[in-house]
Amino acid sequence: MTMLRSVLLSILPALAAGLFLTAGQATETAQLKAAKDFSSVSDERARSVAVFEEAGKVIQHPRCVNCHPAGNRPLQNDDGHPHLPLVVRGEDGLGAIGMRCTTCHGATNFEAGHVPGNPKWHLAPIEMAWVGKSLGAICEQIKDPKRNGGKTLAQIVDHMVNDDLVGWGWNPGPGRTPAPGTQKEFGELIKLWVETGAHCPTT
Amino acid sequence: MIDLNVNGKKVSVSVADDMPVLWVIRDVLGMTGTKFGCGIGQCGACTIHVDGEPRRSCITKTSELADREITTIEAIGDTPSGKAVQDAWLRLEVVQCGYCQSGQIMTAAAIIDAIPEPTDVDIDQGMSGNICRCGTYVRIREAIKEAAKAVAAK
Repeated sequence: MTMLRSVLLSILPALAAGLFLTAGQATETAQLKAAKDFSSVSDERARSVAVFEEAGKVIQHPRCVNCHPAGNRPLQNDDGHPHLPLVVRGEDGLGAIGMRCTTCHGATNFEAGHVPGNPKWHLAPIEMAWVGKSLGAICEQIKDPKRNGGKTLAQIVDHMVNDDLVGWGWNPGPGRTPAPGTQKEFGELIKLWVETGAHCPTT
Repeated sequence: MIDLNVNGKKVSVSVADDMPVLWVIRDVLGMTGTKFGCGIGQCGACTIHVDGEPRRSCITKTSELADREITTIEAIGDTPSGKAVQDAWLRLEVVQCGYCQSGQIMTAAAIIDAIPEPTDVDIDQGMSGNICRCGTYVRIREAIKEAAKAVAAK
């Protein structure tokens, strides 16, 4: 039994290295420009686009896009490698029977095991896939009720400002780079983007 | 104190809230059938059931399971699916060294509970987090199918 355990343990550092590649690397929170920093942009459309481009630093951050994959598997880490161990989307975005999100992910981050957690942990539906898309394409997608879960722009703002799974992106636990700024700052940008017409970047 | 329901029995344990429940099961309650493998949720050896669904006990805070229904390998044989899985495991001689098998059996029983006729895809996806260093995967798959048939026949 002891030998078996040592064999089993011997394969795990390699797995762990893949999982925690960024552990010890930069995990400082990058800054986000405040909504008021865009007041000098007089043209409203240009201001709307500029604000969304700033918010895009969050939207396209690994903490966000890793669970908006274009395929059937979530991604991990800052390099966006496929989730280890293998998990799939499943019928409800919560994994396959036997290998659900909740098989590993609890209500809060479990720091000793480097496993992130949130009560709502799940994969975004495939129509909300962001990986591989330009920021402009993601912007149009976010506005489209057919691809945003039937949300109005007001509901999009509420989601970005108040959803605690979105908020996890700024509290990802040790070894994961947090999303830039704060959820409050990000929320202010999204609010301003909507107030200025919710215009999208062309690229 | 944290109140737990383990294999149908209520117990109260005085441990830190964030102690992995695997530690409680093995070291506090003395039930050593659930195994420690990796400690990071990568191998599945520590799988238990929480309210009937598989959970990696090595990365689960004990406080999260207060008053939830915990089942370990020691009691899974009391359920129809667990008994069928254990019987099929013996008939097909699935086990080689055995270290991972309590975790394999826990996940297999949960799959059969939810999917009466699991396909190869159902099994491969549902069992993907239970690693077997001996490579008994082909026998595991056949035993799950056999156990599912046995449960369906009753």
